[in-house]
Amino acid sequence: MAGKPKLHYTKGRGKMESIRWLLAAAGVEFEEEFIEKKEDLEKLRSDGVLLFQQVPMVEMDGMRMVQTRAILSYIAGKYNLYGKDLKERAWIDMYVEGTTDLMGMIMYLPFQPADTKEKNLALIIERATTRYFPVYEKALKDHGQDYLVGNKLSWADVHLLEAILMAEECKPDILSAFPLLQAFKGRISNIPTIKKFLQPGSQRKPPTDEKFVAVVRKIFNI
Amino acid sequence: MSGKPRLTYLNGRGRMESIRWLLAAAGVEEELTGFPSPLLLDGSLLFQQVPLVEIDGMKMVQTRAIMSYIAGKYNLHGKDLKERALIDMYVEGISDLMQMILMFPFSPPDAKEKNLESIKDRATNRYFPVFEKVLKQHGQDFLVGNKFSWADVQLMEAILAVEEKVPAVLSGFPQLQVFKTKMSNMPTIKKFLQPGSPRKPPPDAHYVETVLKVFKK
Repeated sequence: MAGKPKLHYTKGRGKMESIRWLLAAAGVEFEEEFIEKKEDLEKLRSDGVLLFQQVPMVEMDGMRMVQTRAILSYIAGKYNLYGKDLKERAWIDMYVEGTTDLMGMIMYLPFQPADTKEKNLALIIERATTRYFPVYEKALKDHGQDYLVGNKLSWADVHLLEAILMAEECKPDILSAFPLLQAFKGRISNIPTIKKFLQPGSQRKPPTDEKFVAVVRKIFNI
Repeated sequence: MSGKPRLTYLNGRGRMESIRWLLAAAGVEEELTGFPSPLLLDGSLLFQQVPLVEIDGMKMVQTRAIMSYIAGKYNLHGKDLKERALIDMYVEGISDLMQMILMFPFSPPDAKEKNLESIKDRATNRYFPVFEKVLKQHGQDFLVGNKFSWADVQLMEAILAVEEKVPAVLSGFPQLQVFKTKMSNMPTIKKFLQPGSPRKPPPDAHYVETVLKVFKK
């Protein structure tokens, strides 16, 4: 429809980052309106534009979409990144749920008490290397294709790349036992739209540091 | 395809209950199986987790993926992308509420009262008002597209789950009361609400104990 999608969130990754990734991968330009202080969130709430009083919220195609998965599903469907039929979609959904679980752990890490950080980081690394990455490595090995599902770029591939890069920020050599994922990472990073998103100056957000944690805590009262 | 879907989980609600609801609402019978303990570790579980639903030649895991597939297969996911988006938004919101209820039995004793208050607060101030308003605005029987969908099933499940904890929770929501009655009378749901259906009872101390034992890290 008319105009670019407009994203409402803080200036950090959080739950919006996967949406930024997917829009970027689909070659869709988008605008962002940042919540920088508590009052910005309160205004969105009192304006009645947040269905469940929460962000992410994406204005797109005449809708004010909320709920990360709903938004991602819509974008994937709209831009043909969701498989060719119900079964391919099921596989994409399964893979995405796995990477969502992994990225969820990483996302919350900066918000956890300092004395649990080491333990939580160790758990992330364990889960990445024994539960999640082996699944994707095997999927690529079994079919020998470039993409996870249906021999075509999908939401699952974009999400996996995002997860890989986040995991590498936790442990740079985390892919050492996964040769196919290393190749996958190289391949998907070179897709023009994604390559552009990975360059400085894009709308990709940096990892959350302690300073930003404090900002988020204040905005969301957590 | 071949046979009925086969569900693998514990003998309780947990994350499988929403799947049972959706299959039942769609009029799909599940194959009855026992409840393995300890759980399968033979590679059947993609991420070593349950729920597991064997359906149409796939060993599906991840609750949302499973429900999306069932909804899509049985025409409970809207007629186009936009209706699907609306259904997804509603389902995700309700899932957040259901998550609070899911976790509640596992709260430490000194947090139980506070958590119950949170459930009541979220249901009455954040979630139920949304659906009350949706139903009031379009005046139709179902949440999306004037047709029975996954969103209606999920909302019905949530209403009953919250009522188990907060019996008068619908007192400020006349539309939802009507909705609840209508849903209860839909043949497939009516059947599911009768004794002897695959519906599981609310979690009790024994269930909590079993979960902690089976899922201990």
